[in-house]
Amino acid sequence: MPRTTLIRGLAASALAIAAALSAAAAAAESKIVIGLQQEPTSLDPTADATASIDGMLTQNLFESLTTVNEAGEVLPQLAKSWTVSEDGLTYTFSLVEGVKFHDGTTFDAEDVKFSFDRAMAENSVNPSKGYFKPIESVTVVDPMTVAIKLKGKDAFFLFNMAQGDASIVGPESVETNNTNPVGTGAFKFDSWTRGDKLVLAKNPDYRGSADVSLDKVEFKFIADAAAATAALLADEIDAFPGFPAPEILPQFEADPRFNVVVGSTEGEVILAMNNSKPPFNDIRVRKAVSTAIDREEIIDGAMYGRAVPIGSFYPPHGPAYVDLTGAYPHDAAKAKAMFEEAGVGGSTMTIRVPPFPYATRSAEIIQAELAEAGIDAKVETVEWGFWLDEVYKKKNYDMTIIAHTSPNDLGNFARGPNYFYGYDDPKFTELWDKISGEVDPEARYKLEGEAQRYLTENAVHGFLFQLPQLGVYKKGVSGFWPSRAVLFQPLAGVKVN
Amino acid sequence: MKRVAPNLLIGGVLVALVVGVAALSLVWTPYDHAVLNVRGKFQGPSLAHWLGSDQLGRDVLSQLMVAARNSMTVALISVLVGGTIGVALGLTAAALGGLVEEAIMRVADIGFAFPALLFAIMLAASLGPSLWNAVAAIAFINIPIFARVARASANQIWTREYVLAARAAGLGRFAISRDHILPNIAAPVIVQATIEFAVAILAEAALSYLGLGAQPPAPSWGRMLSEAQTLMYQAPQLAIYPGLCIVAAVLGFSLLGDGLRDATDPRLARAR
Repeated sequence: MPRTTLIRGLAASALAIAAALSAAAAAAESKIVIGLQQEPTSLDPTADATASIDGMLTQNLFESLTTVNEAGEVLPQLAKSWTVSEDGLTYTFSLVEGVKFHDGTTFDAEDVKFSFDRAMAENSVNPSKGYFKPIESVTVVDPMTVAIKLKGKDAFFLFNMAQGDASIVGPESVETNNTNPVGTGAFKFDSWTRGDKLVLAKNPDYRGSADVSLDKVEFKFIADAAAATAALLADEIDAFPGFPAPEILPQFEADPRFNVVVGSTEGEVILAMNNSKPPFNDIRVRKAVSTAIDREEIIDGAMYGRAVPIGSFYPPHGPAYVDLTGAYPHDAAKAKAMFEEAGVGGSTMTIRVPPFPYATRSAEIIQAELAEAGIDAKVETVEWGFWLDEVYKKKNYDMTIIAHTSPNDLGNFARGPNYFYGYDDPKFTELWDKISGEVDPEARYKLEGEAQRYLTENAVHGFLFQLPQLGVYKKGVSGFWPSRAVLFQPLAGVKVN
Repeated sequence: MKRVAPNLLIGGVLVALVVGVAALSLVWTPYDHAVLNVRGKFQGPSLAHWLGSDQLGRDVLSQLMVAARNSMTVALISVLVGGTIGVALGLTAAALGGLVEEAIMRVADIGFAFPALLFAIMLAASLGPSLWNAVAAIAFINIPIFARVARASANQIWTREYVLAARAAGLGRFAISRDHILPNIAAPVIVQATIEFAVAILAEAALSYLGLGAQPPAPSWGRMLSEAQTLMYQAPQLAIYPGLCIVAAVLGFSLLGDGLRDATDPRLARAR
């Protein structure tokens, strides 16, 4: 059998060479695989509200004028410095020089003006148009200086300008950003295999590239908690910063290969009620729903105790937090009477939930709690794309459960009747305008407390709990923020050993 | 007395058990299967909860019983509907022959070409997740199976003398199908139905496992299994119970179907 021997010998040496090559490559290249539950349908953070776009791309692929650190403090990014005029209305930003977009085009003040004008336009699809509402005009002073004039003082302006919604995009690439994003950040787009993964590669031309340790970042989309667990145990994933299944954490905590980090997010999980349509346009019905729900049971059952209850729309770790969790004590009999008084006793309602465990599990418990109060609630679990389209855009729902992960998002309630809450209350809008115009922190906290109380009094939604940040990391992975003040997680400081 | 074949016996006992539990759940379960008791979750077996409680404190035995009923209902309706349509098509094909037969059977072949479960998933996904859409999907994949069995058996009967005699007497093709063919193909159709019952139970469990079948709070073995998956570390019994139920039901109906075929097939009878 000389021929087979020859072939075997060839195969063996080929294998040996391949092994040697891959060993060399592994030594040279630092790669991380990050597990992610939510796959977006677009990759443009300035056009789509999906939080995972920001989680992957904001301040990694895209950059904004400013950025925010772990503590929530504003730092310079594409703007190296800025000055504020005496009246607090004009911000003049000096931009970092020599920055290039990933497609080779040069970044300058015109790009800033382009990005902002686009977000402020009448037909803008920016998911956080409110961030741009206070802006009166954007003026190019010179190629490296841009002046932004506000209509009124805005306490959140610099913070908002750090978010993905305010990413600086180039006019040359903006049209294709939803599938082939082009930014100025430390990582550039490599590939997106839908239903599987998104890959970013280190940008060698990045101004701080010497400090970036990772050469390749792979985001792997795994919606199913059991599959995510299997992937972590099989060494296929290095980090899962937003792990969906709190019940599995004890298993990782007991495993010496992993670090488990439990922090908080800015995500208020609410049982949203469609305020624009019956029966939820009736405050008596909303109060009855708030009385029917038992937060403690929901947190225990859906989150295995790893969440903090909220009574309004503000995170418990925030400086202006007011504890309103006792406003509607759980009482099934009372809730039943309240539903009957409002004329909806024994009626049927639908809870349309996105396919995230915190939502589907909470829905199952709330369904049972509403049943105790005589309400027949149907739970419909729908795909994320369907949810965005039907619930978020078309307001075609009774109730839904969703985490609002944006920071300072009390302003959601001032978004008017077209936002999916269907909530339109001039009193609250006025209050929010006061909040965003108040630059003195202490005075602002007081107003924010007032806003929390107002929302609770009006029982706009069922306020459930603050979404925890459950992180599972392989030992040797460092640089992830335990808690997040924003939607994004900069990867420039992340290391894998 | 003739000895009862072991597969018939074991299959019969398992089926009687599952059907009995399902029937019992109509009149009695230890608890209301949908009532939560989050503070009393993950209880072990006790006198109060014979099989313990699940991750939301619901009684596991009550859920398994109601799930058995749901599973039987889905299987029964889908096999009945799919079987009736399939047999009618098969009989029509055999009775008319020629182009009609070709047309019906080739369409049935196309139906066979689709992987059954994948097709059910596609149907359930496009119609939206619900128990009734799962029933429709499973019924649909049963149609070509029964059409083929009915037509093959009917074609054999059509060559018999008594059928020729009936034709000579001037009886119409459909009257012959109804009066002479159908009673004579009943045995293979019933055998097939029993086997398809097992397939339907498995299909329902699979669809519910994927979230395309029974929706909460309606319990389903498949969904219980998928919910228990992340709890394998702390409460493996929650996956074992519904798993055993699926095995018992599927094995029971498969063995029963096998046993019935052995008992009714004349060729096998001669071999004995």
